[in-house]
Amino acid sequence: MGLFVAQLLTGLANAAALFLVASGLSLIFGVTRIVNFAHGSLYMLGAYFGVMLMQSLPGAVGFWGSIVLSSLIVGAIGIIIEICVLRPVYRAPELFQLVATFGVILVIQDLTLMFWGAEDQLGPRAPGLKSVVRILGEPIPQYDLALIVITPFILLGLWWLISKTRVGILVRAATQDREMVGALGVNQSWLFTGVFFLGSALAGLGGAIQLPKGGADLLMDLNIISAVFVVVVIGGMGSIVGAFVASVLISVLNVFGVAYLPQSTLVLMYVVMAIVLLVRPYGLFGREEKAGEHGQAGEPDRPIRPAGVRGRLFAAALFLALALVPVFGSNFTQVLLTDILIFCLFAASLQFMLSTGGMVSFGHAAFFGGGAYAAALLVTYADSPMELAFLFAPLAAGLLAVVFGWFCIRLSGVYFAMLTLAFSQLVWSLVFQWYDVTGGDDGLVNIWPSAWLSGTTTYYYFTLIVGVGGIIFLRHLIHSPFGYSLRATRDSARQADATGINVTHVQWAAFATAGAMAGLAGGLFVFSKGSVFPNELEIEKSFDALIVVFLGGVKTLSGGVVGAAFMESVKDWLTRLEYWRLILGLLIIGVVIVAPAGIVGTLRGLSERLGLRWTGETTR
Amino acid sequence: MLEISALNSFYGKAHILNDLDFSINRGEVVALLGRNGAGKTTTMKSIMQLVHPKSGRVSFDGADITSLPSHKIARLGLGYVPEERRIFSDLTILENLEVGRQKARKDAPVWTVEALFELFPNLWERRNNRGKAMSGGEQQMLTIARTLMGNPKLLLLDEPSEGIAPVIVEQMAKTILRFKEEGLTVIISEQNLHFARIVADRAIILESGEKKFDGTFTDLENQPDIRDAYLSV
Repeated sequence: MGLFVAQLLTGLANAAALFLVASGLSLIFGVTRIVNFAHGSLYMLGAYFGVMLMQSLPGAVGFWGSIVLSSLIVGAIGIIIEICVLRPVYRAPELFQLVATFGVILVIQDLTLMFWGAEDQLGPRAPGLKSVVRILGEPIPQYDLALIVITPFILLGLWWLISKTRVGILVRAATQDREMVGALGVNQSWLFTGVFFLGSALAGLGGAIQLPKGGADLLMDLNIISAVFVVVVIGGMGSIVGAFVASVLISVLNVFGVAYLPQSTLVLMYVVMAIVLLVRPYGLFGREEKAGEHGQAGEPDRPIRPAGVRGRLFAAALFLALALVPVFGSNFTQVLLTDILIFCLFAASLQFMLSTGGMVSFGHAAFFGGGAYAAALLVTYADSPMELAFLFAPLAAGLLAVVFGWFCIRLSGVYFAMLTLAFSQLVWSLVFQWYDVTGGDDGLVNIWPSAWLSGTTTYYYFTLIVGVGGIIFLRHLIHSPFGYSLRATRDSARQADATGINVTHVQWAAFATAGAMAGLAGGLFVFSKGSVFPNELEIEKSFDALIVVFLGGVKTLSGGVVGAAFMESVKDWLTRLEYWRLILGLLIIGVVIVAPAGIVGTLRGLSERLGLRWTGETTR
Repeated sequence: MLEISALNSFYGKAHILNDLDFSINRGEVVALLGRNGAGKTTTMKSIMQLVHPKSGRVSFDGADITSLPSHKIARLGLGYVPEERRIFSDLTILENLEVGRQKARKDAPVWTVEALFELFPNLWERRNNRGKAMSGGEQQMLTIARTLMGNPKLLLLDEPSEGIAPVIVEQMAKTILRFKEEGLTVIISEQNLHFARIVADRAIILESGEKKFDGTFTDLENQPDIRDAYLSV
């Protein structure tokens, strides 16, 4: 009994930071419709500023003062981000803002490294709350009890702000229809900035207040963000009370998980989330998202057409040039090109579901890594020949996508994206924690191709044929009747439905196809490296794919491929620099603001001004 | 008071407003008439900069407002009542009114929550209800009341009689006539000629985003060909 209560209390105390970060994220999303991926970074900054301030401000007043001060500093940083990065792209589609926040993550990571160095910082303990209290014989840290008391007051304060003040009323109105709020004379920009300040300050507060329990390190930004997403999705986007309930649920579950099911702590959270979403698709306290009710009437997208003669000739010439590389290029060039081709196929598969299908997935790595692991497991445990294992990669990834897709396509927009993220994290945590089978962190090694495919040059040719073949297959699919149906479901699901298209089936099939093709890329990957590690399933891998699709041009056909090729080449050179994340982050933010059409879109725009056409005519 | 000159607006590539010109004088009630798709709503949205015109000029009290953001235009005293009503359905009626609240101004009638509840007694009874469970007529009253909370000088009413019961339409006509007595300038877009004739002093007829007629209702009656060409179904 005593132990049980102690664990419950620990869970409740752990919920504090999670709740603060999640409520901030939820608030920002509600009003601005931006999923701020950089919210974990703001939490991290709160912790670093907290440590710094606590070291110079003495006593209890200094301690609590530092927490408040760090929160305000992080709030101010949030304002800077909002004004410099997000304000220029509010009119752009949601994905652009999302990618901009990826850029912010990278920038903050390197700036933190620059200012505070790579070493973990120990969190100072709270003056006057350093000892423990015995409850039912179990020692409970006083600070935990303090957190349990403080958090409900913060919840109450936020609730009062949102439901009782004019600012709160405006925030809620803007959550529903921000254009109308503007037409009634409310300055939306300031409302947005205000909400960003509050949301960021909450994240900073979360970072600083958890210091005596956790400290500050450079990994805490991405470590918390997936838990925060889970909380926000379980609680319901935009609901503060939901964020609180879900934080408590997840934290308590985690503590009990560590105690009773130590092998499955990471998985547990995502399982709970999947169950909640099945029962209540918009979270415990969320409301159904009505998409496109008062959408901006912008320029309609230009239709995607097959490549014209010029485009085909160019692609053929490129293929020929790639085929000739082994004649002239070094071994290193071939290895690099193999990596690039694999990444291109991976990106093309994401672009297929994202651009053609309108389904923004945050967890595409699940299928890339899933395919790689499927092949590696078959080789390791069944001693299967490489050919069979290689074919198993897209098959297994496709099956995985069929299962995940069944859940995901019931949702749309942000909830869809969050669920894909959760599923990919589920796969990642399974692989990471199921040490006996997957080798956990040590990965699976000695997964080499058969004799007839081994050797850098041979495998390069193999990758070239399979990779280019896969990309061409996806392109053909886009111009097939299936592709037309898919585009119809993207542009208007309702109208497509009324036309007689089975929207669910079409989207499901597209999801599965994208997953299988990502798995194919994963299969190519595992045999080119001879090993696979859990990081191929990580959020960063999914983000990478999203970023290159975006960099290349979301509304183009070849954007993913071009973006992937560009990014892999640049990264190879960039990662030799110390602060490459900073440069990459700024590059991403720069592209979002200056050239939102991406590389392909921008080049196409330029060449069309010169009178060159790359696509074929539509047949009438 | 309001001058529109050579206004051109587009939705994507579709040309909606074509070199539109007209002006509104202080204290007038003007009806914007025309069939579905004639450009009535786009005219109002272009005035409010909810649609950004490609070219042309809108000036209000002599100042160019063409490049201002919507909230600044609203603060200058233009009150927009959208056709789709756009009630904040998660907010109570009182909260909806609060969103619209702006400072009083000297040259326009001043509205308080109490005065609006007097004008629309139905709203008072449901003041703490959320916007969700309201009839079309009640929603329309709330939309108008919400905009009046901004104490506008010029009211843009987009199809106020659409989708509400005939009894309420009559009540609406009386309300608009009362606005006129209070000194409010009103532009009202309508498909219902009968309703427009009761409340408005002047008619402007649009067709394919072009102005086809601008004059009094007596003039319009003397030109049945215009009515037949642009208004009858």
